[in-house]
Amino acid sequence: MGPIIITFSTIFSKLPSLIPSFCPLVYGGLVLLGGGNGDASSGVSTDESAVLPKVEVVSEACSSYPAESELELGLGLSLGGGGGATGKTKAANSSWGECGRILTAKDFPSVVSQRTNNGGPSSVAVSGTKRAAESVSHESCSPTGASQVVGWPPIRAYRMNSLVNQAKAQRGDEGDNGIVEKDKPKDALKKRLNCNGKQTTVNEKGHLGFVKVNIDGIPIGRKVDLNAHSSYESMAQALEDMFLRSPNSVENEPLTMASKLLDGSSEFVLTYEDKEGDWMLVGDVPWRMFVSSVRRLRIMRTSEANGLAPINESNERQRSKPI
Amino acid sequence: MQKKVACSFPDEVLEHVFSFIQSDKDRNAVSMVCKSWYEIERWCRRKIFIGNCYAVSPRMVIRRFPKVRSIELKGKPHFADFNLVPDGWGGYVLPWIAEMAGAYPWLEEIRLKRMVVTDECLELIAKSFKNFKVLVLFSCEGFSTDGLAAIAASCMNLRELDLRDSDVDDLGGHWLSHFPETYTSLVSLNSSCLGSDEVSLSALERLVGRCTNLRTLRLNRAVPLDKIANILGRAPQLVDFGTGTYGADLQSDVFSSLAGAFSSCKELRSLSGFWDVVPAYLPAIYPVCSRLTSLNLSYVTIQSPDLVKLLRHCPSLQRLLVLDYIEDSGLEALSSSCKELQELRVFPSDPFGEEPNVSLTEQGLVSVCLACPKLQSVLYFCRRMSNVALVTIAQNCPNLTRFRLCIIEPRTADFLTLEPLDVGFGAIVEHCKDLRRLSLSGLLTDRVFEYIGRYAKKLEMLSVAFAGESDLGLHHVLSGCESLRKLEIRDCPFGDKALLANAAKLETMRSLWMSSCAVSFGACKLLGQKMPRLNVEVIDESGPPDSRPDSCPVDKLYIYRSVAGPRFDMPPFVWTMEEDSALQLNTIGNPIGSEWEHNMKGIQGLRAQMPFVLYLAELSNTSQW
Repeated sequence: MGPIIITFSTIFSKLPSLIPSFCPLVYGGLVLLGGGNGDASSGVSTDESAVLPKVEVVSEACSSYPAESELELGLGLSLGGGGGATGKTKAANSSWGECGRILTAKDFPSVVSQRTNNGGPSSVAVSGTKRAAESVSHESCSPTGASQVVGWPPIRAYRMNSLVNQAKAQRGDEGDNGIVEKDKPKDALKKRLNCNGKQTTVNEKGHLGFVKVNIDGIPIGRKVDLNAHSSYESMAQALEDMFLRSPNSVENEPLTMASKLLDGSSEFVLTYEDKEGDWMLVGDVPWRMFVSSVRRLRIMRTSEANGLAPINESNERQRSKPI
Repeated sequence: MQKKVACSFPDEVLEHVFSFIQSDKDRNAVSMVCKSWYEIERWCRRKIFIGNCYAVSPRMVIRRFPKVRSIELKGKPHFADFNLVPDGWGGYVLPWIAEMAGAYPWLEEIRLKRMVVTDECLELIAKSFKNFKVLVLFSCEGFSTDGLAAIAASCMNLRELDLRDSDVDDLGGHWLSHFPETYTSLVSLNSSCLGSDEVSLSALERLVGRCTNLRTLRLNRAVPLDKIANILGRAPQLVDFGTGTYGADLQSDVFSSLAGAFSSCKELRSLSGFWDVVPAYLPAIYPVCSRLTSLNLSYVTIQSPDLVKLLRHCPSLQRLLVLDYIEDSGLEALSSSCKELQELRVFPSDPFGEEPNVSLTEQGLVSVCLACPKLQSVLYFCRRMSNVALVTIAQNCPNLTRFRLCIIEPRTADFLTLEPLDVGFGAIVEHCKDLRRLSLSGLLTDRVFEYIGRYAKKLEMLSVAFAGESDLGLHHVLSGCESLRKLEIRDCPFGDKALLANAAKLETMRSLWMSSCAVSFGACKLLGQKMPRLNVEVIDESGPPDSRPDSCPVDKLYIYRSVAGPRFDMPPFVWTMEEDSALQLNTIGNPIGSEWEHNMKGIQGLRAQMPFVLYLAELSNTSQW
């Protein structure tokens, strides 16, 4: 009996490393079907969140190996750009044939070309049994409109950011075929000439929406990809998961399981440094304005966060506003 | 008898002879001749290259080579460039600096790639090495301009400071003013990655003015266009110049002073930067174009005709980086203007767009390959390819040493025949006998790997994504590619069989990366147990792999050879294995010493927060400590 392994890669997250909770998405799922050796017992089926259909997974000891001739590889849908996952199926892919039940993006129509707001791990192989049933909340389509495999195309971060900014500008520009005219009127006050005044996610670090996050008490910071979020809530959630929860629930936790960073009930408070170098409380300005002016984030102990805007009033006001 | 012969030559003579041998390979060969040569050689080796910082420990290096002056270290796997390696994976240079501070007081050069460098490291460097000359931080991270200030203030003999592509916490340009007024030794400065709006222009100008040996100056984006003339005016001897922002409202006086400044730079051979280009300012560089050998226009978002106009002025061009705005027509023009071209890199302007935004296809690359006989290195992003085109390229450019093709959509077939691109890439490896580096893309079956295994005998680095059908593919590569050093694979259906069958091969390579493949946890464990000189690391953010059956595939796998045994600085999440009690991070006697442990404390404090790297290794390894 051949081993049957199904792997799923989740591709829509740009967040570098994260929490194990995520939505396992099928995108180009690979199925190796062993031929001829009886049928694979339907081993474990996992119940994913309500959003995802049942995943049937069969796994076997890796020691047995199917003869090559018996291996058929069924490819899932082609990895394609575009909202409709099957939109760009190349003809060649259909020649591969699809064997057996392969989950395609059709099974997850609401999920394709979206990012989870937790922005799960960059790429995850899911097989078998113990996926935590995580609820996945889906945001609207990604800004670029294309489903993105993490790390593909292989372009380095500093270059990506430059492109992302220009791409965003193009969308705001009518009639521009991807070229940004550089002699538009500019903000005369800015020394640094973002000649294209439409750069929305201006991140001086030159990385694809990634900003550094530090938390008091831990010397080494992390990075969060602001492009993966479209609201304060989702970013705060990601940060909370990153810093304040340990999937391992290990001893000597320096940080407690804290509640929300944004509403002041946690012992920590989320602050950011803006372009002018001032430290501000997160949540005071509309999300887009925040994204374009944030330089880095700091999760500060509430006790130290004096001199910043009072937490409760302004934040609550902001949170009730749709952003 | 032989011993006598060897000893009849005084050591000093041998040492003198060895001093002419620079290459590492040759040095290694020399050291293997006999014991006394080994001894002599190790005392006079001045330059060390360590391709994987975890392959060996600082102490081992110092023990063998006590008089090193120059060290180069690489940390994270290459795929870290594309966010495939989670934060906190490792690559910390502090332990190395800490050890070398004591052992190599005369260290002059440190070159790092993809490593984590902190301000503390930089301060330690500034303090410890009195004759420090060269600091290259290529794609590094973890430090700020405060650390740079420390270097600037203390390193009176600093020649080269190159921050290429690093992620620097830029707190403003004041670090430049930390170079004392008496400091004049700067030869090369690359601060192009600094992201702050602020830069201390006056400090920069003064620095440039007094460092008369300055040859390379790459500015960051914050430096405005109208300051370039002034800067260039102070450094007409520059060979390599990178502008900051290259756009502003067009003013004729600014333009003419800019053009004048460029024309006075008779030695200028390389230009880069050009952020936010205003096309009208490009002609200012025409005076230098005829001598240019290297041009980086990869941030220049102007249309093909403007690009072509510029390139027509550059007949000596050997190296060009450009965006795909150049289009097929522009590449055709390039191929007729720039016959000296050796390296071409074409980047995508809109990699995530559904439809192509520019007319750049395989034709552009083909026309360059047909007309530029010296072409050796290609990096090309496009949206379609054909076997015919690849065969043409292969036949016309047999001197290719680096060929990296990225067809943006994974698994794209030959657009003419709808077949896989096996034959095309097969032609590449067959005809380009000196090919050292290859990146594959498009629709590929196991056949392409068969070709690679058969023909690519000089191949050192192979990058594979969304390719292959079965373990046979991996097997072909591992069994056939004799020179293979680095193999990185993502999203391919390669599993246990080929890996385990070729386990011995892995010890001849620097590293193997596999992510989103089908290698099971059980195989990883097995490999770790059977191969003591390999470090088998599993990266799995979804939770401890031993909470799932052994047959479950791991998310990411990084295997590398090492004589240093398991590393201890992994992001702290220890899934102990049964035999493995000794591998608790931090609990066994740290072989490097308490100092290092102290340095690692901060990182270890993060353990509970960043749990996703699991280390698997043979237990008996620990005995070598």
